[in-house]
Amino acid sequence: MTHVSIKELTKIYPGSAEPALDQLSLEIPTGELTALLGPSGCGKTTTMKMIAGLLAQTSGDVLFDDRSVLNDRPEHRGVVMVFQNYLLFPYMSVADNVGFGLKMRKVPKPEIDRRVAEILELVKLPDLGSRRPSELSGGQQQRVALARALIVQPNVLLLDEPLSNLDAHLRFEMRDLIRGLQQEMGITTIFVTHDQEEAVVLADKVALILDGRLKQYENADVFYKRPIDEATARFFGGQNFVSGKSNGLVFESALGKLALPEGAISGSGKLTFRPENIRINATKTDENTLKAVVNERIFLGTQTRLRLVVGDEKLDAIANPNEVENISTGDSVNISLPASSLWVLPK
Amino acid sequence: MVGKESFSVRSFRVLTGIVLITWLILPLIPLAIWSFAKGWFFPDLLPKRWSMQAWDYALSDTAGVIDSLWLTIGISLAATALSILVGIPAGRALGMYKFKGKELVELLILAPTIVPGIAVVLGIHSVFISMGLNNTVSGVILVHLIPTLPYMVLVMSGIFANYDPSFEAQARSLGASPIKTFWHVTLPAIMPGIIVGGLFAFLVSWSQYILTLLIGGGRVVTLPLLLFNFATSGRNDITGAIGMIYILPGIIILLLTAKHLSGRSGAVGGFGQI
Repeated sequence: MTHVSIKELTKIYPGSAEPALDQLSLEIPTGELTALLGPSGCGKTTTMKMIAGLLAQTSGDVLFDDRSVLNDRPEHRGVVMVFQNYLLFPYMSVADNVGFGLKMRKVPKPEIDRRVAEILELVKLPDLGSRRPSELSGGQQQRVALARALIVQPNVLLLDEPLSNLDAHLRFEMRDLIRGLQQEMGITTIFVTHDQEEAVVLADKVALILDGRLKQYENADVFYKRPIDEATARFFGGQNFVSGKSNGLVFESALGKLALPEGAISGSGKLTFRPENIRINATKTDENTLKAVVNERIFLGTQTRLRLVVGDEKLDAIANPNEVENISTGDSVNISLPASSLWVLPK
Repeated sequence: MVGKESFSVRSFRVLTGIVLITWLILPLIPLAIWSFAKGWFFPDLLPKRWSMQAWDYALSDTAGVIDSLWLTIGISLAATALSILVGIPAGRALGMYKFKGKELVELLILAPTIVPGIAVVLGIHSVFISMGLNNTVSGVILVHLIPTLPYMVLVMSGIFANYDPSFEAQARSLGASPIKTFWHVTLPAIMPGIIVGGLFAFLVSWSQYILTLLIGGGRVVTLPLLLFNFATSGRNDITGAIGMIYILPGIIILLLTAKHLSGRSGAVGGFGQI
C-alpha cells in the first residue's frame, strides 16, 4: 500500500568509470506489480538493493508515499527482498525461517506459530514447518522464501528473478501464486528479471533497462507493438528491420510502398514487424501484399518458422504449422504485412 | 591393482596408528604409573610398592595444585575469549575482502608461529614494565594472545572465505538490526570455526611456559610452571600426578569437539581462497 517513486537514482561503483545505474526515474503506483527487465549486469539488482537500503546510492532519491527513505535503515524501511537463491537460513527449520521477521519484531510466540501455519497454508506447504530447508525442492524453497517475506506484510516486496530457477511447469504455478497473493494483499511489488517472457507473464508494467539506463516503461504489450527503438525491439524477440523512409502514412523501402498505422513517425527510419504478424498465403484483398521466396523452414512443434526473401531483404515469419503444411523450401508465396502490425523506429 | 592399492592404504593406516600411539599415548603410561608408585627403580618393570601418596599431596591445599589449576583454566579461557573477539573481525577481513597490504597483515599475524616466542617476549617485557603489566595475570593473558591469535585468525578466515554475506542482507531486509543479525545469522554460520579456533587457542594458551614465566615473573604460577618445578626437583611421583591433571582438559575438549575437527565442517580450511 505504498507508492514508490525513484528519482534520478544513480550508482557508480568505486573504481568504475561507467555508472552501473544512470539516473533512473520510475513511478510505481500503489499495489502494482512492476518488472525491471534487462540483460545481466544492466543495473537491475543494483536498483533493488538501493530500494531495500542494502546498498548506498551515488545520487538520486527513493521515496515511499512522497517521503524519502534514504536515511531509513534497511530493517525500518518495510521493504523485504527475496533473493534469487532464496537464502533460507540453513540451520533453522522451515517454520523458524518463515517466522524470522515476526521474531525480530518481537511478536509473541503463539501468534508467530499461528501466522506461520496460516501463511504456509497460503503457499501450499502446510506440513513442512518442521523440515530443514535442505530437505526441500527448489520450488518449495522458493515458496518458503516468499512466505517468509509476505508474513511481515511489507509495504514493498522486491523479488530477484522469481521464476528463473524453476522448471517450465513450475513457472506458471509460481506465477499464479505470486500474482494471486500480491493482488490479494495489495503489496507494491517490484521484481527484476533478464527474461522478457518472465516479465510479460508476471508484471502489470515493464521497465526495460539497457546499459544502466531506462529505455521504456510501459504496459507489457506496448513493447511488442510499439517498441521505442531497435535495441528494445530486439530484446523482445524482434527480427525484422527494414531501412527506408516514412511520410507518416506510407513507408518506402526495398519492400515497396507499405501503408502505415496511425501515429507512425515521419522521416528516414527502420520498419519493424513481428515474425508472428506476417500473414502467409495472403489473398489480393489483404493489405500490403508482397511476393516472397521461402529460403528455409524450421518446424518448432507448435509453430513453424519460415525464412523469407523479398528482393534483397530477409524476413523472419512464424506461422501455424497447419497453415504452411504445403509450402516447401524454394516456393514462392504471397505474404501480407497488415498495417496495424507495422511500426517505424527512428534511425 | 586395486587390491594392491588398498593393501598399501591399509598398511599406511596401521603404520600411522602405531606412530600416533607411540608418540601420544605411550609416553603417558610411565607418567600414570609414577603417580601411583612408591619408589620405582631400575631395572624393575613395575614399581615394587604402590601408594596414593603423590595424589594425596597433589590434591591437598598445601601443594597449590588446585589453585594453580583454576588459575590456568581462567587464564586460558580469558585468552581464548579475547582471541575469539579479535579473530572474528580479523578473519572476516582476511577471508572476505581484498585490500591493500593484505599479504603483510597475513604475514604479521602468522609471524608468531615462525618467530620463537622468547625473541618476541624480551621486547614485550620492557613494554609491559612501563605499562605495569609485568607480574600480573592480565599481562600473562595478553601475552598469550601472541601464540593463540594466529590459529584463531587462520581458522576464522577459512570460515569467512566460504561464507555468503547475502544471508546478513536477507536478515536485515526481514527486519533484524545489525546486532540481531550477527546473533541469529552470522554467529550460527561461523560457530564451527569458533569452536575449532577456540579449541586451538585454549590448548596453545594452556601449554605456554616461557611466556608465562617471563611476563608472570614467577608470581603467576600456572600448571606448566608448577609441573616444571616438581620435575626439576626430582619428585617423579608428584610430577606424574600433576601431569595427569595437566593433560585432562585437553582430552576432555578434544572428545567434546571431535566432530567439528573432521575436515567436512570446513572449519580447518586455513586461509581458504588465498
